[in-house]
Amino acid sequence: MKKIHVSTTVNGDEIEFICPPGETLLDALRDRVGLKGAKEGCGTGDCGACTVEMNGEIVCSCLVLGAEAEGAKIKTVEGMTTGDRLHTLQQVFIDHAALQCGICTPGILVAAETLLERNPDPSETEIRYWLAGNLCRCTGYDKIIRAVQIAAAEMRGA
Amino acid sequence: MNFPVKTKTDFKVVGTRVARPDGVEKVTGRALYGADFSVPGMLTGRVLRSPHAHARIKSIDTSAAEALPGVKAVVTAADFGVPEDMSLRDVQDNCMARDKALYDGHAIAAVAATDAETARAALKLIKVDYEVLPHVTDVDAAMAADAPVVQQDRADESVPEGSGPNVTNFFEFGHGDLDAGFARADLILERSFRTEATHQGYIEPHACLANMSADRGELWCCTQGQFLVRELCAGIMQMDASQLRVTASEIGGGFGGKTTVFIEPVALALSRKSGRPVKMVMTRDEIFRATGPTISSSMDIKIGMTKDGRITAAAAKLRYQGGAFPCETVSFGAQAAFAAYDLEAVRSLGWNTLANRPKQAAYRAPGAPVSIYAVESVVDELCQELKLDPLEVRLLNAARDGTKASYGPTFDQIGLVATLEAAKAHPHYAAPLGKNQGRGLSCGFWFNFGGNTCVSLNINNDGTVGVTEGNPDIGGSRASITMMAAEELGIPYEKVRTVITDTNSLGHNDVTDGSRVTFAVGLATIKAARAAIEVMCARVAKIWGIDEDAVAWEDGYAKPSGPNAGNFDPMSLAEIAAIASETGGPIAGHHEVNAEGAGVSFGVHLADVEVDPETGATKVVRYTVFQDAGKAVHPDYVEGQMQGGSVQGIGWALNEEYIYGEDGRLQNAGFLDYRIPVASDLPMIDTVILEIPNPGHPYGVRGVGETSIVPPLAALSNAVSRAAGIRLHELPMSPPKILKAMMSKD
Repeated sequence: MKKIHVSTTVNGDEIEFICPPGETLLDALRDRVGLKGAKEGCGTGDCGACTVEMNGEIVCSCLVLGAEAEGAKIKTVEGMTTGDRLHTLQQVFIDHAALQCGICTPGILVAAETLLERNPDPSETEIRYWLAGNLCRCTGYDKIIRAVQIAAAEMRGA
Repeated sequence: MNFPVKTKTDFKVVGTRVARPDGVEKVTGRALYGADFSVPGMLTGRVLRSPHAHARIKSIDTSAAEALPGVKAVVTAADFGVPEDMSLRDVQDNCMARDKALYDGHAIAAVAATDAETARAALKLIKVDYEVLPHVTDVDAAMAADAPVVQQDRADESVPEGSGPNVTNFFEFGHGDLDAGFARADLILERSFRTEATHQGYIEPHACLANMSADRGELWCCTQGQFLVRELCAGIMQMDASQLRVTASEIGGGFGGKTTVFIEPVALALSRKSGRPVKMVMTRDEIFRATGPTISSSMDIKIGMTKDGRITAAAAKLRYQGGAFPCETVSFGAQAAFAAYDLEAVRSLGWNTLANRPKQAAYRAPGAPVSIYAVESVVDELCQELKLDPLEVRLLNAARDGTKASYGPTFDQIGLVATLEAAKAHPHYAAPLGKNQGRGLSCGFWFNFGGNTCVSLNINNDGTVGVTEGNPDIGGSRASITMMAAEELGIPYEKVRTVITDTNSLGHNDVTDGSRVTFAVGLATIKAARAAIEVMCARVAKIWGIDEDAVAWEDGYAKPSGPNAGNFDPMSLAEIAAIASETGGPIAGHHEVNAEGAGVSFGVHLADVEVDPETGATKVVRYTVFQDAGKAVHPDYVEGQMQGGSVQGIGWALNEEYIYGEDGRLQNAGFLDYRIPVASDLPMIDTVILEIPNPGHPYGVRGVGETSIVPPLAALSNAVSRAAGIRLHELPMSPPKILKAMMSKD
């Protein structure tokens, strides 16, 4: 089948790629744009390891077609840093051991950033439900939830 | 040089909560996992899997697939030899079925093509002529004399005569006179339990990239042990180990499930046949159907107790099915079952049976969670019947220093009593409970392991240090290894960098399993540092013109020591390193060991649950983990192991199970239907670390990774029993089962 030309914006950079019509946004980001931060854990939208932000909404990029990125604004974990400066969430995740193997971390960071943009002071329950679509098998979530709370407080200047 | 055992107050680096060295790569998406590696000219490999639970493979016609443009190689079992070693043959046959498909999802053939779409299309062109055979997936049915025979003649010499055709192994442990013990009991309970198989559920799929050229190979893969991968793959590919270099990627979870091979030999065979690099990544459906799962079990437990709570005798009969190949996990289950108790009369028997299910793979304390679940459930029921405090009864019967363990050895320094006392003193144990809530507790145990380990430590010219080790870092071990090197050398943590190397850069290292890495690699790192210190002291002795024995190492400096050493200004590690080329050349230390003295680990968990009387759904409302960690090198990651293992156990208790249909096919091969705990299911997991030093390690470290998955199964079952007034003898305790039990009670 004929491939599709896609013009899109990824982490503020204008990007073009060509992909088959059936290719997922996740595969396009990983294999055509070269950003390996988003991970495939299931390919069915159940684990959230491929979470990216698309036009301000978090999506499982394994459930979005690469062709749908036409004209869109995509943000991945690679877009969270400013130069060599880590995002507060990233720094807090390191400082408070909110990752073990780290495979779910990119998706969780992207999802948490979107949460804090909308709700700078989320309750524990709000964080737990917001991240319920991001599976982590290592941590039991405890240190992840605490890290999001700590990052939120820091970002509020509290 | 004399190196004393450090005591708790001596540590400068160990015991702090430093930032892990791989943190930045992992939070920025730059860390490279199994599927993140690629090379030019790479093909995509995919596997054709059996749709049948049990079938003879009469023929495979790959001609149409081979003719498809873009297909570069197709392999079947015919492309592999037949290893003489049976355990290697089982590994190979599990990677690619020979003669028979033994379970739904068993690999039948594989294709390498220019892209994934072509590879998928090629799989559809492979024609397999199957003769479908009767199958068995249930453990009790598989044990029966008239069960469908999964594999012929696989029983070892331990199996009693008259056992069913699928029974492969039998184990027996214990001591004392059971009859006399039961005769002394005021109450004897006999209960039968069943547990379903669960999956490790690592989020990262198995992935590898193989590149074979002539007789040489390169393999990049996510694994818990690159040296084992090399051994297995070199054996299967019939090549010298030296010619196969295996590099472990960052690993996205394993929990025991990445301690063998699945696609790696297939990728190597496809690469050899096509003459191109081949990358393979498993889908989640393949992971559930063809990798990982634990045993499923059927167990009978009999325990006698006096009115005042003393256990007089205890017996267990454990039947585990470990998939379509022989499996010895029941041995661990039988040994661990009563480990928490000091018993005069105890016996545990274990049988393993074959079934038409995927080959069992290790999962965190393999075998122990289910046998201890059954034992701790019966102990709790005895406490309920006799109106005794379950914690006091554990304390009364607890294994202590000097207890002859039910599986043979006599315990040295163990922390069970201290752990129970900590639980008893904790506010959680006395906290009030709400409506429909109940509190459960359970002990847990794991043996821990040391094993073959090899570490090199290099003193760089600028006074920094490089540590080279061979065990994939699965939960922050690079930090703890770096910390122990810094501690021993007396230099800052930031001056040390630890790398995990490939199979050609270091001697053999056992797999990252058995909670062994922080213990054994840590021990080897400390001893490698001591070897380097000896070299440095000898160099300084030469400079100062005094005896080597008159130079001591303290806080990163060589110092004159003893009455006749003389007065010299101490020399720092950096000063010694800077002039190494003038004193004899580069300075390094290394250590090779088959480490013993791992030190067993005990934990106690307290769980509060609320059971919804309308739906039977169980919510964990409070959870506290108490565990003896020995010296906690990096407390954050010790807590992380305690929390992560607990939540895996919570999933096992409440939700997770393999569901097979009448057709022998797995019905829930995805994260939607095989539901692991998500953030909104859980409370915070509180932790209390006990530090009872392990005498087998210079810093008192013992493994912490596995024990935490053991207690949640019974802790939750006991809590549900007290919350809902019903006692289930089956896992998982899914809402329909609880609701049914509650309704039949009323």
